[in-house]
Amino acid sequence: MVELALPKNSQVKSGKHWPAPAGAKKVKTFKIYRYDPEAGGNPRWDTYDVDMDAVGPMVLDALLYIKNTIDPTLAFRRSCREGVCGSCSMNIGGRNTLACTHGWAEVPGKVVQISPLPHLPVVKDLIPDLTLFYAQYASIEPWLHTDTPEPQTEWKQSPKDREKLDGLYECILCACCSTSCPSYWWNGDKYLGPAALLHAYRWLIDSRDEATGDRLDALEDPFKLYRCHTIMNCAQVCPKGLNPAKAIAEIKKMMVERVV
Amino acid sequence: MSSNKDLFQPRQFRTPLSRARGMGSAHHGVSHFITERVSGLAFAPLTVWGVYSALKLIGADQHTVATWIGQPVNAVLLGLLLISALVHLQGAVQVVIEDYIYRFTTKSALVIGNLFVCVLAGAVGIFSILKVALTVTGAH
Repeated sequence: MVELALPKNSQVKSGKHWPAPAGAKKVKTFKIYRYDPEAGGNPRWDTYDVDMDAVGPMVLDALLYIKNTIDPTLAFRRSCREGVCGSCSMNIGGRNTLACTHGWAEVPGKVVQISPLPHLPVVKDLIPDLTLFYAQYASIEPWLHTDTPEPQTEWKQSPKDREKLDGLYECILCACCSTSCPSYWWNGDKYLGPAALLHAYRWLIDSRDEATGDRLDALEDPFKLYRCHTIMNCAQVCPKGLNPAKAIAEIKKMMVERVV
Repeated sequence: MSSNKDLFQPRQFRTPLSRARGMGSAHHGVSHFITERVSGLAFAPLTVWGVYSALKLIGADQHTVATWIGQPVNAVLLGLLLISALVHLQGAVQVVIEDYIYRFTTKSALVIGNLFVCVLAGAVGIFSILKVALTVTGAH
């Protein structure tokens, strides 16, 4: 059954508070989810009053400031700091997004609440376990499948066919979409989720690929594909402005085309 | 049988790809998808007709309603409304069960129960329409 009550030790309790340094004029409070499975106990909300005059414009700037100057024990992923790598995806102000491209001033309300991507096991603090998410991506075999002997040069593609991949190839696998999807929350072990399905569609419509039928075969499943109920959270939150829901709808359309 | 709890209890000796692939594709789903849409497509105009007819019959006595059901067009459309609604309902409720119930036995029992209830409702409904339509006097 769907679990309505939280499992034991998962209720988030209030934690430590770090006040702003004396003399700070522009102060903003960051309420951050903290959890260390190895330490045991419940997760907690730590609050940090940050002097925003010392911080850059993005949420990631604030997190780095907190880690560097206030609390070095705070754990989160980050790498490129420009929306290319997808490492710093987290739930900011109730919305999955990238900390590096989301300005803290854009977060409504006085407090900026930050938690890990929803409904995934937490490795530590803001770091979720994305193992299954990546495996689901691997399961759609995201590479070119061909039986024709490889040409001497490259596999050719017309500019028009190449254009079909726009809006799909840009996905950076940050997992904001999949972890915002209620269907993925309830059936994340069987439903592939918006990110993997967007990539599946990217390969389904690649004019160079020769395994369209096999790919559709592998997706035709009540859970792998058809758990998408067009809730559209994926398209709402994608920090790259992509539309996984549309890609999934296109896959469903291809499934129908195959039998009608 | 995998359950949602597996998400929080990683199996150390099973590879992530094995978990992601699960038991593979069931190779069905498209027929359910088409049935839901087509039954919805049929259901929508029939519902408009059904509501319009029901409003028109407000206050009518039993014989008038029975006579109305006895009209061939009305009897056939009522039957189609009932069938399209139940086909749509059965498919939709099955999806809800699959969404929220994880235990294989519970899920299977509910899916079968849902099917039985819808088929029974359809059988009773069609029988009732036929009985009224074929026994009422003065309809033809």
